[in-house]
Amino acid sequence: MNNRFIKIIFAIVIGLWSATLLSQGEGIFDEYRDMLGDDNPAIFVIFDGEEIWYAPAGPKSASLEQCDLGLGPGVVEGAYAQLPRYFADVDRVQDIEARLEHCMIQLQGLAPDEVSAKPYSLRGDLGTQLEALVAWIADQSSGLAIAPGQAHAQEKSAYALGETLFYYRAGTHDFSCATCHEQAGRRIRLQALPNLTTHEGAAAAYSTWPAYRISQGIVRTMGWRMRDCMRQQRMPELTMGSEASVALQTYLAVNGAGASMTAPGLKR
Amino acid sequence: MKTITLLFAVMFSNPLYADEVYEVLLDSMVDKNFVTVERLKQDELQAFCSKPRSEKVDEARAAELREAALEGVPSPPGGNYLGDWQRGEKVAINGKGLQYSDDPNAANGGNCYACHQLDPAEAAYGTLGPSLSGYGARGQSAAMLKYTWTKLWNTHAYNVCSHMPRFGAADILTPQQLQDVMAFLFDPTSPVNRSQP
Repeated sequence: MNNRFIKIIFAIVIGLWSATLLSQGEGIFDEYRDMLGDDNPAIFVIFDGEEIWYAPAGPKSASLEQCDLGLGPGVVEGAYAQLPRYFADVDRVQDIEARLEHCMIQLQGLAPDEVSAKPYSLRGDLGTQLEALVAWIADQSSGLAIAPGQAHAQEKSAYALGETLFYYRAGTHDFSCATCHEQAGRRIRLQALPNLTTHEGAAAAYSTWPAYRISQGIVRTMGWRMRDCMRQQRMPELTMGSEASVALQTYLAVNGAGASMTAPGLKR
Repeated sequence: MKTITLLFAVMFSNPLYADEVYEVLLDSMVDKNFVTVERLKQDELQAFCSKPRSEKVDEARAAELREAALEGVPSPPGGNYLGDWQRGEKVAINGKGLQYSDDPNAANGGNCYACHQLDPAEAAYGTLGPSLSGYGARGQSAAMLKYTWTKLWNTHAYNVCSHMPRFGAADILTPQQLQDVMAFLFDPTSPVNRSQP
């Protein structure tokens, strides 16, 4: 039995299981999490991500081993926890997704359009390369404190922009991130909503992404979470690694700074 | 002098950062299905309300916006506030509509349960807004009907930076759907007004 076959079986079992769980509310997810303990289906995705990192790819047939995630070329351990941060070579603040995109283009010679064509899985997919890479890289920061860059002027302005965007109301429904995430102890339907303007709320959210979504059977990244929140706000599609996506993640990371990374998390 | 006053008014209603932020959003987002970047542009009310709850508001400006919202609320078709509660219940349950993943040809939902408790037998309700269970018992007077219709049509007529969508004013729900939701809230036989299980 190969790895892919095991994954498909796993996805089917989890899929059927989660369909039952979804009809029973939030409490049952806690039970499910307790039952799994330290076991997280994301482990398969993490293995994939590591393989992808070391595999030669693209026109230059190069691996990502020389990719600098902020701690020097090839240093993956602890890299996720200090993102988003300023990168002098591109003169801008990047999150893990923008940085990986940059490395794929520079090191592997891939076309920008090719890299950004489909960063995130659609429902029913078995995961993208980006999702696998992010899962592995985040896992390499597990247990380390969230410590995004805030020394550079651009890092500071990314935070300020993120905060402004957090409160920006627009669209048919007048929603902003703050509509759902500015108060503690609230929920939408049965889903509990963290107050992302506080350290506790931001830390609880930021430290657990990327996450294995039980209801979707795949690992989702923080960039995907930003995009999907925008979809729910009735906004157009948020571009992976864009200035707004990076700024919002900077706002959350800085608010949650100091807490330990526990990603990939396990979520409904 | 007039130009200066006008300039002042423009600066006051649109914080200086707004254009800059709008540009960032335009660069960061793309059209998807029927949802275009046109939605990123703020109207006056949205710009005014894009601040933390804790921040003090300009009361004079808030009163102006409240007044403008109130003026724009039409009477219900045929003068009837109450439609069919059974259809209204479907609107309240339906959370779809106007997301790029939704079918643009299907009727929009009101997604009321996302934020409010309504039928006390429904466990999956949100708590971003107050509970509306037993709403009909709050009174059935003409004033109460008009108040509720106005609240649904454009919540900012009463509470300027309320987080509730402008279901009528923003064309999210049709007048008929709003009449049906009104009946769901007020009708004595509606599940909203049944006793707690």
